[in-house]
Amino acid sequence: MKATKFFHAPVIRDELESLKTGDTVYLRGSIITARDAAHRRIYQLLQEGKPLPIELKDQAIYYAGPCPARPGLVIGSCGPTTSSRMDVYTPLLLECGLKAMIGKGPRSARVIESMVKHGAVYLAAVGGAGALIASCIKKVEIVAFEDLGPEAVYRMEVEDMPLVVAIDTKGNNLYEMGPRQFRRS
Amino acid sequence: MREIHVSKITDTVAHLCIEACYNLGDDVKALLQKAMQWETSPHGKNILGQLLKNLSIAHELQLPICQDTGMAVVFLEIGQDVHIVGGDLYEAVHEGVRRGYAKGYLRKSVLSPITRINTGDNTPAVIHTEIVPGDKLRITVAPKGFGSENMSQLKMLKPSDGLEGVKEFILQTVIDAGGNPCPPIIVGVGIGGTMEKAAYMAKKALLRPAGQHSPDPIIARLEEEMLHAINDTGIGPQGLGGTVTALAVHIETYPTHIAGLPVAVNIQCHAARHSQALL
Repeated sequence: MKATKFFHAPVIRDELESLKTGDTVYLRGSIITARDAAHRRIYQLLQEGKPLPIELKDQAIYYAGPCPARPGLVIGSCGPTTSSRMDVYTPLLLECGLKAMIGKGPRSARVIESMVKHGAVYLAAVGGAGALIASCIKKVEIVAFEDLGPEAVYRMEVEDMPLVVAIDTKGNNLYEMGPRQFRRS
Repeated sequence: MREIHVSKITDTVAHLCIEACYNLGDDVKALLQKAMQWETSPHGKNILGQLLKNLSIAHELQLPICQDTGMAVVFLEIGQDVHIVGGDLYEAVHEGVRRGYAKGYLRKSVLSPITRINTGDNTPAVIHTEIVPGDKLRITVAPKGFGSENMSQLKMLKPSDGLEGVKEFILQTVIDAGGNPCPPIIVGVGIGGTMEKAAYMAKKALLRPAGQHSPDPIIARLEEEMLHAINDTGIGPQGLGGTVTALAVHIETYPTHIAGLPVAVNIQCHAARHSQALL
C-alpha cells in the first residue's frame, strides 16, 4: 500500500497525474453513476451523434445502482458493480473526455490501452461495502434515464469515499501486480 | 395432514428477504474476522476491515449490506404430511418477495431477459421445492447477487478427466472469475448427477453454514485441498492481491452416469446471505 491522498471530482488534471497504482485515495466532490443499461444508451447516443443528457468531460463515473432510500436517508446501499461489463462501451466514453471510473474488478486490455491514451484512472471501491459507501454520499439527484429505475443516472456529492487506485494513467494494473505478488503456486 | 395457510408463507418470505439482506450470518462474519488474521496484504486487510465496518453500519442504519439485493432464490422443503391451504403456494412466495423488497427498501433487480424491462417488484423468485418426511415446512431465502452468479460455470467433463479434471475445473473457474465476484468468495460445487442436478447441488451447497465441511471425510478433504489451492492463487480480497481469496469451499456429490462427469461451480460473494424459518 502506498500513499493516502485526497482526490477531487470532476477531476483536476494535476491530481489525476499524481495518482499511482496502489495509492489509497479519498474521493470528494461530484460524480455520476451509470451501469449497464445507461452505458448502452449513452453509447448509442454517441454513435448516432446525438446530444448526451450528461457531460462526460473531466467527469468521474461510478458503476453503481443503489437501493432505494429509506425515508430520512439520502440513499440506500450503494456499492460498486462489476466494471468489466462496461468494458465494451468504455473506450468511446474515454474519447469523449471521461477521466475517472469507479467500480470493482479488472478491466480489459482494450480499456487500459484507451485509458493510457486519454490519461484516465480506474479506482476500485470495495464491492459489498454498500452501506459504508452510502454513508459517504451526501446528496443525490437523478439527472438522466429515470425510467431505468436502479439503473438511472444519478449525480452524487461524495465525501471521503474510500478507494484504491487500481489502474493509473500509465496503465499500471493492480489486478495483475497484486495477485502476482501473493501467488504461491 | 397439518395445514399451513399461504398467508403465513407470504409473511415469512417477506421477513426472510429483509433479514437476509440486512444481517449477514454469524458464520460468514466469523470467517471474515478469521480472514483478517490470515491476510498478509495491507490492501487485503484494509478491504476486510471495510467489510466488517460495513456490516455494523448496515445493522445500525437498517440498510442492506450490499446494494445488489439479488434475485430471490427460495428453497422450500415441504413435509409430505403438510397440506398448503388458502391459495397458490408459488404465488404466495412471489407475494412475499414483492412485499419484502418493497418494505425493506431493497433493490428491484429482476427483468425480462429478452426486453430487459424491469418487473418493478423483484419478482418472480426462483423457487426450488423438495418433498421431505414430516409435517413441517422449511423456507430458506437466499438472495443471490449477480456479480458472483455471472462468474459461475458448469462443464460436462469426461470420465477420463477424473478427479484431477474436476479439481482443475474448479480452480480455473475461480481464476477466470478473478476480482469480478467480490472475493473473498465461497465456492459451491456440485459433482455428478445430470446437468441440472450438478447446478442445483452447487447452489444448495452454498446454504450450508459457511465453512462447515461435508460429513463425508473424502469430500471434506477435497474441500480443504481446494480451499488451499484457491488461496494460493494470490487473487486476494477484491482481486487486488492477497492470501484470502475464498472463505470456504462446499462440495456436494451425487452418483452420475458411466459416460459422464458433470461439474458445476457456483460462486458466492462474501455477502453469503441466507435466512431460514421452520413453519
